[in-house]
Amino acid sequence: MPNRSVLAPATPARRSVKDLKLGESATICCLEDPEMALKLLEMGCIPGTQVRLNSRAPLGCPITLVVGEQGDYTLSLRVSEAATILLK
Amino acid sequence: MTSGEDIITDPAGVAGSTARLEAAAVRAGGLLARIALVGNPNSGKSSLFNQLTGLNQKVGNFPGVTVDRKTGISQLTPQLRAEIIDLPGTYSLYPKSLDEKVITSLFYDRASPQYPDFVVVTVDASNLRRNLLLFTQLADLGLPAILALNMLDTAGQHGVQIDVDALQAELGVPVVPLNARKGVGIAALKILMSQTLGAPTMRFYEPEEELLPMVRQIRYYFNLHNDYLALHYAHQYRHLAFLSADDRAYIEELTTQYDFQPTARQAQETIDRYTRVNEILLNCVTVTRTEQNEPYSNRLDKVLTHRVWGYAIFFGILFLMFQAVFAWASYPMELIDQGVAWINSLIQTNFDGPLISLLTEGVLAGLGGVLIFIPQIALLFAFIAVLEETGYMARVTFMMDRIMRRFGLNGKSIVPLISGVACAVPAIMSARTIENRKDRLITIFVTPLMSCSARIPVYTVLIGLVVPDETVLGIFNLRGFALMGLYLLGFFAAIFSAWAMKLLMRSSERSYFIMEFPVYRWPRWKNVGITIVEKVKTFVFQAGKVILAISIILWVLATYGPPGRLEQVEAQSRATAAAQRLTPAETEAHVASERLENSYAGVFGHVLEPVIRPLGFDWKIGISLITSFAAREVFVGTMSTIYSVGQDANELTVQQKLAAEKDIYGQPFFTPARSFSLLVFYVFAMQCMSTLAATYRETKGWKWPMLQLVYMTGLAYVASWLVYSLMS
Repeated sequence: MPNRSVLAPATPARRSVKDLKLGESATICCLEDPEMALKLLEMGCIPGTQVRLNSRAPLGCPITLVVGEQGDYTLSLRVSEAATILLK
Repeated sequence: MTSGEDIITDPAGVAGSTARLEAAAVRAGGLLARIALVGNPNSGKSSLFNQLTGLNQKVGNFPGVTVDRKTGISQLTPQLRAEIIDLPGTYSLYPKSLDEKVITSLFYDRASPQYPDFVVVTVDASNLRRNLLLFTQLADLGLPAILALNMLDTAGQHGVQIDVDALQAELGVPVVPLNARKGVGIAALKILMSQTLGAPTMRFYEPEEELLPMVRQIRYYFNLHNDYLALHYAHQYRHLAFLSADDRAYIEELTTQYDFQPTARQAQETIDRYTRVNEILLNCVTVTRTEQNEPYSNRLDKVLTHRVWGYAIFFGILFLMFQAVFAWASYPMELIDQGVAWINSLIQTNFDGPLISLLTEGVLAGLGGVLIFIPQIALLFAFIAVLEETGYMARVTFMMDRIMRRFGLNGKSIVPLISGVACAVPAIMSARTIENRKDRLITIFVTPLMSCSARIPVYTVLIGLVVPDETVLGIFNLRGFALMGLYLLGFFAAIFSAWAMKLLMRSSERSYFIMEFPVYRWPRWKNVGITIVEKVKTFVFQAGKVILAISIILWVLATYGPPGRLEQVEAQSRATAAAQRLTPAETEAHVASERLENSYAGVFGHVLEPVIRPLGFDWKIGISLITSFAAREVFVGTMSTIYSVGQDANELTVQQKLAAEKDIYGQPFFTPARSFSLLVFYVFAMQCMSTLAATYRETKGWKWPMLQLVYMTGLAYVASWLVYSLMS
């Protein structure tokens, strides 16, 4: 079972990247899962960074995410992984 | 290396590294420095490697592990050459996959002969912040470094202007602007690389105060030149192969004693580094917000990853690959085939004797069997290289992940599986990019079920025997369809086996997928060309050696037999022939056939025959199955040797030899039932010791290769038996 970090707030309604609509942008607040967090950090998903949901694979998963305000680069990740990235 | 407190302030011993470079120059006599090439995936590292070394490349292994160690020689100046090591792309020095662990083994042991004199760090200028993370880690390890600032033009298009001089001042190492794809800036980089480099003067991160007691103990125990390196020992001692068990126990004890939390520390370090990098970028990067048109990549993706068009195009590309390998490659193959046959007949008409027989029936037959597959391998790798180069392979992974996951695989498994179409050995090695152990094991296990290029010759010959050479729908070859059917059979067997394994295996580890999605690019034809040359070379010199050796061994087995037996058989058969009043030619053929059946090869085949008779196979096929274990393509060579021995039929192609084979009733031996049974056997059977060896190395034990051998061969036997029973 993935570790629930203390960073996760008590309210379950917290939005994550998973909940973004296609084309919608938002700012990363925090990363929920410690192991996943390290990988995400190294790939540039740092709290405070803007991300935009760029596309979904034909079957809904994985998704692609544009990282950075300048549209710096695109990551592809699974919905379950996107769910660990919480939004402001 | 000096000792004492001053080392703490000496960033990695400038004197030490200068001395190393000189030592390196002396060591080779030919002034050879060792330089490691590091960078993020998609930062243009491979292009730079190809620009620096051209065709002077060599693929080996890192000691103790099986990650490809790509090295090349670069002529920096007329006097100075350097050995360049191309390391796997990585985002940080904290490895997440086996591939990335190679990097740790290279940079942490100064005593190792592999330790580089300095590193060239390639960074993508349009993603400078993320790319500099790795650079700052390397610099803090104290490695002398050059920053190769790649893709400045792309950055410019994104409205990012970089002040190179300011960046150089901030980073404290030489910065060279480059366009690795076009080769711009390579000359300047080479000049810099030929000069003696000091260790970096800047520090980007220092271990936190509370870590220092532990870090310093490690540092003094191992006599390390800085704190950051010592911190890495604490993070990664489990992966550092050069540490003894005692050393590891010592570090483990310390980490427990100080309650060291690696994951949290690495995350904090990463955030601190980003903060520092952001400060640096403030001083040397100006962003002019340009009107962001929708990038062309996105527009392309709307079609290429579309729920209908995406898959249609992907299968179209796969189909094109098969047509290319089967139809287009046939022209150069025919030329090679005829050329070898021509040389063979030329030698045989002019010379005679046992050595000539060895040369033509052993050596040349084997050599022909190696050369003939070059066109197919070249074409296949041309396709794979273009798919990788353009960024399309990442889209394939993206589209396939959901489907593959259902079968216990990973979107990344599609790369090993597709590469398995060329050869299972590199494919199994490419499974290293899958971080999750269970996913990786399943991928490795099922990859050999994908039809590799070594099966093509068997498929080609047998399909040619039983499927008519007809054109359907105007342009498609019926034999091409049959070939695709065999490939799909292998693919579905792989998928089904993976699904079964998913149910059988348990795992607590999570499966990761996250990866960078590269923008579409035109393939760099030089890179494609180098890939093709490299793969062909690997095939000719590695598989080729085995094939040639087996051909010669086989010639011996087919020419000699148990002592006295062949003479006796020959006398007997001559007597029989005389009694039946056969013509001299018929007598020779009869004698030759009898001799072969009683040779060592015949004896082996006969031993196997009862086992394989239910599948429709005879002892001749039995011999071929045995020799195929070295490499499947040997089947064709074996068949041609078996049928050419003692016959005046060397000019005939293998296919004609097989077509001419008659059973005891005088009917063609290779009936559709028999041929398809054999084809199906070759689709499933594990007949490749190189693949088993690769699996052994990748899984670090004999359990998985043995399971593979038993499972695949068992599957082949049952499937062949079914096909033969149903069709005859």
